[in-house]
Amino acid sequence: MTEHLAARDSARVDFLTVAEMVEPGARVLDVGCGNGALLALLAEKRGCDARGIELSQRGVNEAVSRGLSVVQGDADKDLASYPDGAFDYVILSQTLQATHRPKDVLADMLRIGKRAIVSFPNFAHWRIRSQILFKGRMPVTENLSYSWFDTPNIHFCTIADFVALARIMDAKIENAVALDRFGQRIMVNAPWALWNLFGDQAIFCLSKSRD
Amino acid sequence: MFFIKNSGERMSTKPGAERNLKQQSLREADAPHSLVVRFDAADALHLDSGGRLTPLTLAYQTYGVLNAQKSNAVLICHALTGDQHVANANPITGKAGWWENMAGPGRPIDTNIYFVICSNVIGGCMGSTGPASSNPATGKSFGLDLPVLTIRDMVRAQARLIDYLGIERLFCVAGGSMGGMQVLQWAATYPERVYCALPIATAPKHSSQNIAFHEVGRQSIMADPDWRGGRYLDEDVAPSKGLAVARMAAHITYLSDEALQRKFGRNMQSGAERSFSFDAEFQVENYLRYQGASFVDRFDANSYLYVTRACDYFDLAGEYGGSLAAAFAGTKTRFCVVSFSTDWLYPTSASRAIVHALNAAGASVSFVEIESDKGHDAFLLDEPDFMGTTRGFLEAAARSSGIISNPTTQSTKS
Repeated sequence: MTEHLAARDSARVDFLTVAEMVEPGARVLDVGCGNGALLALLAEKRGCDARGIELSQRGVNEAVSRGLSVVQGDADKDLASYPDGAFDYVILSQTLQATHRPKDVLADMLRIGKRAIVSFPNFAHWRIRSQILFKGRMPVTENLSYSWFDTPNIHFCTIADFVALARIMDAKIENAVALDRFGQRIMVNAPWALWNLFGDQAIFCLSKSRD
Repeated sequence: MFFIKNSGERMSTKPGAERNLKQQSLREADAPHSLVVRFDAADALHLDSGGRLTPLTLAYQTYGVLNAQKSNAVLICHALTGDQHVANANPITGKAGWWENMAGPGRPIDTNIYFVICSNVIGGCMGSTGPASSNPATGKSFGLDLPVLTIRDMVRAQARLIDYLGIERLFCVAGGSMGGMQVLQWAATYPERVYCALPIATAPKHSSQNIAFHEVGRQSIMADPDWRGGRYLDEDVAPSKGLAVARMAAHITYLSDEALQRKFGRNMQSGAERSFSFDAEFQVENYLRYQGASFVDRFDANSYLYVTRACDYFDLAGEYGGSLAAAFAGTKTRFCVVSFSTDWLYPTSASRAIVHALNAAGASVSFVEIESDKGHDAFLLDEPDFMGTTRGFLEAAARSSGIISNPTTQSTKS
């Protein structure tokens, strides 16, 4: 089903996975929304009131030109101005690793939104592990195509790291999906360690623990 | 109660006859080449100062056609020394309208789609009540007898015009600089009457530096012996030197260091030789003198005092207990805030303060900082990113408000 949608709409599988986690009609803030592709998908397919923050001027201009509500701003600085519980979902799509203070950003997301959805590349994927192990070089893959010296990705983490962070922050994992490098979902019942080895990227939906 | 006079035809202007230009501009104050609406004493405007403004006259221009639902009206608010001639030749200077690249057929504010309204601000000198207008009580110009005005007074006067035109809700209020302040004031004072708002290159309050530059301008006008305590029109003189210096100082604030450097550098008027005099030797001096001299032909010195003072008093948060977010609490208006990277008069940080307040108020807001080296003036220029952003924002809002129909929902991707 997911692949079918992806092929037809040429939307990214991770975007479709995020969209499936969002209730129709929800108020959504996408932090680091790029040119607004995910926002447009959420507005069109899920009827969301979708808004975004993006650092790059090019991305903001493109998004606003296509009629999306996007603000030029920095996830590390500009989340503070949003009031508590302003959104149903706050999304951080493929951006966590580029923030200066990922834990603070995540805390702000859980403050602003009832749920936080985070997608990120898994740095413990077996191909990355093997690049370090056998080449002894910082890994460069199709998804992570930067060299170490010019990458904006300064805070890589693994699926296991993220699960640990959620625990430290006392956040509840509502939902989680790992995608392999072909965009296929890895079995839900598989242990974290298997996700951590074969997951090319992961998408987590978190909420604040009530207790 | 009020009446309207249509004198919309344009005067053919021959630039060059300078004395003539000045006289024409004085005539514009009482008999403008615009549509005019007058409100009599029963409809006096109550001002923030506690005073009343009567009779209230508003001169305005319109473009395009108001639709049957009266849902496609766009109010453009002009800047400090702007006027209502947004998209037609200026009746005094004969130059193109000041925002023809933004508003007109096929432009981002498309007059084929929207009904565009722009009125001269009160305190101005292009036909709306201002210090150069005749005071019916004395038969002479108001001069400094006109009460000091605020941005909110200007906006309340505009609301009278919008009422008069029978428009319940404006599709959009748009403007840059002082026009942007009016946009913010509209959204705060009449939130239910503004569907979307475009505050451009503006600030939620005047900074100390902003006030300081305005004070230099006012002092240079008042220091001119021909100012005559503000009664110069009675004596058929004008503080042109003072007003020109005010404009020269202000003009510097409209440009970036880079723009001046690129345009003039240290270039001399003639050759590279210094003349060891105080003539306009550098090209930048000559440019500023020209800006000052041409300004006095079209603008009233007392008006300059009033409009600069209105900006200085502007502090939107101050009207809402010091909280800018409170000014926008519960707003349903969609905002698109635009700043320019080298604007040091109303810098991006001022726009960001507006955006943060709108976020805190839960408002729908877009914000773009346009990369430009042209300083504050960039908002008047044809910056492609700026035009594209504005067009996209307005089109999306027009679609969601039903002014233009949705394109077919089928995917156009192959």
